[in-house]
Amino acid sequence: MLQEAIFSGFGGQGVLTMGMLLGYAGVIEDKEVTWMPSYGPEMRGGTANCIAIVSDSLISSPIISTFDSAVTLNQPSIEKFEYKVKVGGNIFYDSSNTINPPTREDINIYACPVSEEAIKLRNSKVLNMIMLGAFIEVTKVVKMETLLKALEQVLPERYHKLIPLNKQAIEIGMGLVRK
Amino acid sequence: MGDVKFMKGNEALSEAMIRAGCDAYFGYPITPQSEVLEYLAREATKRTGMVVLQAESEVSAINMIYGAAGCGKRVMTTSSSPGISLMQEGLSYIASAELPCLVANINRGGPGLGTIQPAQGDYFQSVKGGGHGDYHLVVLAPCSVQEMVDYVKLGFELADKYRTPVMILADGAIGQMMEKVELFPQMERVVTDYPWATTGRPAGKDRRYITSLHIQPEKMEEINHTLQAKYKVMQETEVRYQALHLDDAEYLMTGFGLAARICIKAMELGRAKGYKIGMIRPQTLFPFPTKIYAEVAPRIKGILDVEMNAGQMIEDVRLSVEGKTRVEFFGRMGGMIPSPDEILENFEKYFIKGS
Repeated sequence: MLQEAIFSGFGGQGVLTMGMLLGYAGVIEDKEVTWMPSYGPEMRGGTANCIAIVSDSLISSPIISTFDSAVTLNQPSIEKFEYKVKVGGNIFYDSSNTINPPTREDINIYACPVSEEAIKLRNSKVLNMIMLGAFIEVTKVVKMETLLKALEQVLPERYHKLIPLNKQAIEIGMGLVRK
Repeated sequence: MGDVKFMKGNEALSEAMIRAGCDAYFGYPITPQSEVLEYLAREATKRTGMVVLQAESEVSAINMIYGAAGCGKRVMTTSSSPGISLMQEGLSYIASAELPCLVANINRGGPGLGTIQPAQGDYFQSVKGGGHGDYHLVVLAPCSVQEMVDYVKLGFELADKYRTPVMILADGAIGQMMEKVELFPQMERVVTDYPWATTGRPAGKDRRYITSLHIQPEKMEEINHTLQAKYKVMQETEVRYQALHLDDAEYLMTGFGLAARICIKAMELGRAKGYKIGMIRPQTLFPFPTKIYAEVAPRIKGILDVEMNAGQMIEDVRLSVEGKTRVEFFGRMGGMIPSPDEILENFEKYFIKGS
């Protein structure tokens, strides 16, 4: 198994966190992982992204130019990464917040209304977790239980009360792409 | 087996420093390595009693290193390109005074104040001197978060063994990225009574004296001979490199650090297209793995050297192969990172289409 993914969106939407959580979960499942954030001018305003690679074997380059999956939380990200998805790959986008959705016919397009779903949960911040749920349901890179374990590791104890909400968000996301 | 964690390169480097029983860190923050001082300030002192101090500048930090190393302490500093430039005078003094210390350069794009993005433009500075006079640093080039950890331990060992400053030459991407890493167990902070350390005059013995100033040229030449003899031993015994597919290789890709990691991917893509590409990745840039290049050169059709600079290590590769094979170059500069596809395209341009 090798999954080369890019997570992209506005700063503050939690794109770096999505990739990082995937990394922590990968380590728990004893996989090889690499997480490469944009830390340059992007981080100082505008669109942020990170590359997350999860694999059963050693990972060569942490920097790649085409992806198995692109997880795009805003319009500029779709424009930037739709054509960098490998043929047969996946693009996930926030269909409740996009004017021009992806159009390619040689990749799988997952329209996920994550902003809307997050508002229904009364917490707009969990939109990244909803999207991450959709991502793992399709790619099967890590199990949901492992993501929750990763959350326990990453979150300080005083925030552990938020784990059930995150679990709910991940499950909603999984449901969005389940046919 | 030690602890397995998912860590950022800079944090893993800092954790390794604590675990290696480092006595003191002196540094000054600069992107992309500011996490080092932050991590140490949070973790180090409370766990091992290690001294962590933010100096008022890099010039000050390296001279604090000089002083503490002179007292026989295990010491380290880190910075990024412009900051490392400021440390060159101190490094020359430390090399001349034969003191052990470890320095990490999380290389960013230059020249000048440049950019905070990753680059490898400091190869010449690290490997060919940097400061004045005939000296070398041992230069270790990690290509993963794991090697950031491994080379801290190795770096301290080599520094102590040869009484020399050791440089870890990484780059902004390796500092910023997170990977799975296995950490070695906490080591004791050992108090070693070095015969040269200035720890106070031992009763009835001569005063210990550390300097890099020797006015008499005869004495200064003697010191130079000592240093050169040391470098010769390093070249014979401390060379480290990673080699892939040398058995069937018709071509080689080569590079160090992050560029080498990306080359491995390009090599895999090329092999999938039927090109018999091998790879040499120097892990020590000084001493340079000259012999392996010389050995392989007569039986291959060419080498593509890939670096995140205008072509620096390529000079050492060319010296090593002594004209016995063609050496071509592809690089990106100023904080840009080459992609595996770009590397393969350039390989094809030089060796497949143009040959």
